[in-house]
Amino acid sequence: MTVLLRTEGVSKAFGGVQALDDCTLQVEEGSIAGLIGPNGSGKTTLFNMITGYGRVDSGDVFLNDAKITNFTPDRVFALGIGRTFQLTRVFSRLTVMENMIVAAHTKDRSGHHGDKRTRNPFARAGGPVTRRRAMELLEFTGIAKLAGDRAETLSYGQRKLLELSYVLIAEPEIILLDEPAGGVNPTLIGTISDRIRELNRQGTTFLIVEHNMEFVMGLCDQVTVLDNGNPVVTGPPDVIRNDRRVLDAYLGTAEEDDDAA
Amino acid sequence: MGTFLRAVTDGVLEGGVYGLMAVGLTLIFGVLDIINIAQGIMVVLGAYLTYVLWTHLHIDQFVGLLITIPAMFILGVAVQYLFIRPLRGRERTSMSLLACYAVAIIIEGVLYQIFGSNYVSYTDYWTSPQATVEIGGYYLPYIYLFGFALAVLFVVLIYWMLYRTQFGRSIRATMQDHTAARLIGIDVNRVAALTFGIAVAVTAAGGMVYGTTTAFNPNTGYDLISRLLAIIVLGGMGSIGGALGAAVLMITVESLVDVYWNPQWSVVVFYAVLVLVLVFRPQGMFGRKEARAQ
Amino acid sequence: MKPAVLWRGGSLVALVAVAAAVPLLNNPLVTNVGVFVLMYVGSAVAWNIFSGFTGYISLGAAVFFGTGVYTTALLTEHLKLNGGAVFATYPLGGLAAAVIAVPFGLIALRVRRHTFVVVTIAFFFIFQLMAYDFSWTGGTLGILGPIVNWDPNTFYNPFYYTALIVAVGSAVLAWAIWGSRFGLQLRAIRDDEDRARGLGVKTMRVKLTAFVISAFPMGILGGLYFFLQGQALPEYAFNPFYDLTLALMSFLGGFGTLSGPIFGALLLEPYLGYAQYQVTNAYVAEVVLGALFLAVIIFLPRGILPTVGEKFTSWRVAWVRRSAGAQAAPAEPAGASPAADAVKTGAAGSGAPGGGSQR
Repeated sequence: MTVLLRTEGVSKAFGGVQALDDCTLQVEEGSIAGLIGPNGSGKTTLFNMITGYGRVDSGDVFLNDAKITNFTPDRVFALGIGRTFQLTRVFSRLTVMENMIVAAHTKDRSGHHGDKRTRNPFARAGGPVTRRRAMELLEFTGIAKLAGDRAETLSYGQRKLLELSYVLIAEPEIILLDEPAGGVNPTLIGTISDRIRELNRQGTTFLIVEHNMEFVMGLCDQVTVLDNGNPVVTGPPDVIRNDRRVLDAYLGTAEEDDDAA
Repeated sequence: MGTFLRAVTDGVLEGGVYGLMAVGLTLIFGVLDIINIAQGIMVVLGAYLTYVLWTHLHIDQFVGLLITIPAMFILGVAVQYLFIRPLRGRERTSMSLLACYAVAIIIEGVLYQIFGSNYVSYTDYWTSPQATVEIGGYYLPYIYLFGFALAVLFVVLIYWMLYRTQFGRSIRATMQDHTAARLIGIDVNRVAALTFGIAVAVTAAGGMVYGTTTAFNPNTGYDLISRLLAIIVLGGMGSIGGALGAAVLMITVESLVDVYWNPQWSVVVFYAVLVLVLVFRPQGMFGRKEARAQ
Repeated sequence: MKPAVLWRGGSLVALVAVAAAVPLLNNPLVTNVGVFVLMYVGSAVAWNIFSGFTGYISLGAAVFFGTGVYTTALLTEHLKLNGGAVFATYPLGGLAAAVIAVPFGLIALRVRRHTFVVVTIAFFFIFQLMAYDFSWTGGTLGILGPIVNWDPNTFYNPFYYTALIVAVGSAVLAWAIWGSRFGLQLRAIRDDEDRARGLGVKTMRVKLTAFVISAFPMGILGGLYFFLQGQALPEYAFNPFYDLTLALMSFLGGFGTLSGPIFGALLLEPYLGYAQYQVTNAYVAEVVLGALFLAVIIFLPRGILPTVGEKFTSWRVAWVRRSAGAQAAPAEPAGASPAADAVKTGAAGSGAPGGGSQR
């Protein structure tokens, strides 16, 4: 099993707070990896370090064994790492379709899926190939009928799906999902889970931060527990579920989530 | 006193007064996230108020502050309450800025109407030749010293308020995060209104000193606001210490350029410094990154 | 072609035709006001291309206008131009403005929105000061333009048509940008610049390009203004009200939209022009401008067009609902994924069926 994404000894402090402490982590290609831990354990910070939203104090990040430490977000994105945010970030005044087009047009990966890239900046936004691909993705995530609606009219759950969709249009190798199930109604969570599994079957690797234990345990192949910025244990869900250290890391049981998002 | 020392002294003293006005401006930015473009014309308004009190009621400038400061405070609160608070929507901060601009030109128009475009200056004790202290052959007007002292006094008062009072803590909390402040029970609207009031009240004092040392007319507002803006950008928007430091620094530099090079160029140099700083250090000397995503 | 597009296109063509016919009325006063109206239409549209689309409010547009004024003035003075030749210099004024926009933008666009406004103001003052202080700009006396002995009845006509061309040109430019990839990136920057950058949008390049593009028409109009007024003066070439007026017009009509600035300018400038003639006291006009501005942004925060547009959409939706309510609820499209259902049940207040307003 090849390792797709790897961090080695990443540390990051904010003022007096050590958010990440010698964090070493591996994500195998083709797997769905989970990252859990109590609030403040550094999960989102780790995502930020990987995707370039902040500089590491020490340590390195590797993608396919190539060092990508401190690369800017756009470079990281161009290399095939997609990322969603805890508080969804969509372009509110643009329509759903336009959101997709923005993400699609600036990617420079496999040319055969995209429209001919013209040098003319006045070219109409979103050629037919891009639009078709966008609609496919929107149908896949189930929000295709909202394609013409402005993103700001979408519900929270729909926005999560939109974010996932436009991250997908860039055809990333690995997607970092930051709390994809947070604040979303149960039926929708099931949908999201299914979609992730489907995409994984097609070859996309995932690293998911979540508080929802059911979601994580049901979906992930490998789960890493982060506590105070340091990974304390890694393993398959069954092992993690019963590990003493996990229970210690959290206040309360591993199933309950008493620090509400 | 040597030329250099004199230029520096002038710069520092005058800088202190500009600092006072700039502190108000940066405070508004820190708490409300808006730039009060009207600050310049409000200084002028303060100057005119002082002028009126003196010429019609023969109230001394410093005594007159007892009237002008509360008056300007009320004006500030009123402006915030009437024109800033009702603004909603995603363009709130841009619109607030434009609202302040609108308020500024209204005040300017009114001042023109009442006072005309002639330059105004006070002639009283403070501007008379006797009100000077001699230091090494140089006659330093009392007003510069007192003005600086007043500026220092107010800045100290503001710091004291910010760091030693409950209200000040509310202000600082609001500066950090509006939502969090609300969650712990702070009436953000009240804090905003009062902060605006304080910032404008402070301009009354600044206006008084400014008016005593320089002739002014309604148009002077532009000159003032452009300098104040440059000062707070240089000092770092939202940083009070930065505003003060930048004010003293830039006015001193301008003073030196004035003496050693060419008075005409001193103003251009002032802005050139701003531009240079922006090229190399966009957040200014002590600036924080813009926290609120727009 | 969709009927909506035909309607829009048709009415626009009609509008331009009407505008082109105005000078034929042979009323110099009307034409004169018309010149200013068109100048503001052109400027507002150009301003909006940058500020409206990216959301970065610039209060330094007067720099571009003034550069155009002085470029034309200096060329006219040194080359002793007159008549039609002066008109030929306007594009150079535009070019000069665009060139100035490059360093201006490189410095100003490195900072965030709030600071950006301040920087544009600072640049404005720098330029105004330079106009006052440099000898080659004529200082406070400025530069005089050539005397022109044209027929008073048609005096304003060439200015009018030039302004019309620039206004229409800017509008077409704005429209072309709006639907383009470039325009989409601009609008994405307005919504979430960091995310846009994270997705690979070259934000600095995009912003700078829009900034430079917006400078060009304003420079041309500046040149026009010089010849129209017959002189270049620092306080008129670099006029702080210029920016405020442009902002007001854009907000009035709908900030960041295509037709908003046009509408705002058409609505406001005749009043402002009229006020200038009627109200002998410029200061009262100033107060009224400020008060008007406050009224607009407090009571009509989205601008007239968007507010009207929204009202219209909600009426239309309510009407559709009422007539649809008489029948049974429309059947679900066959084969709808469970996800769509889940999304619907999960959706709280997500736009009316038929969608929110498209733009």
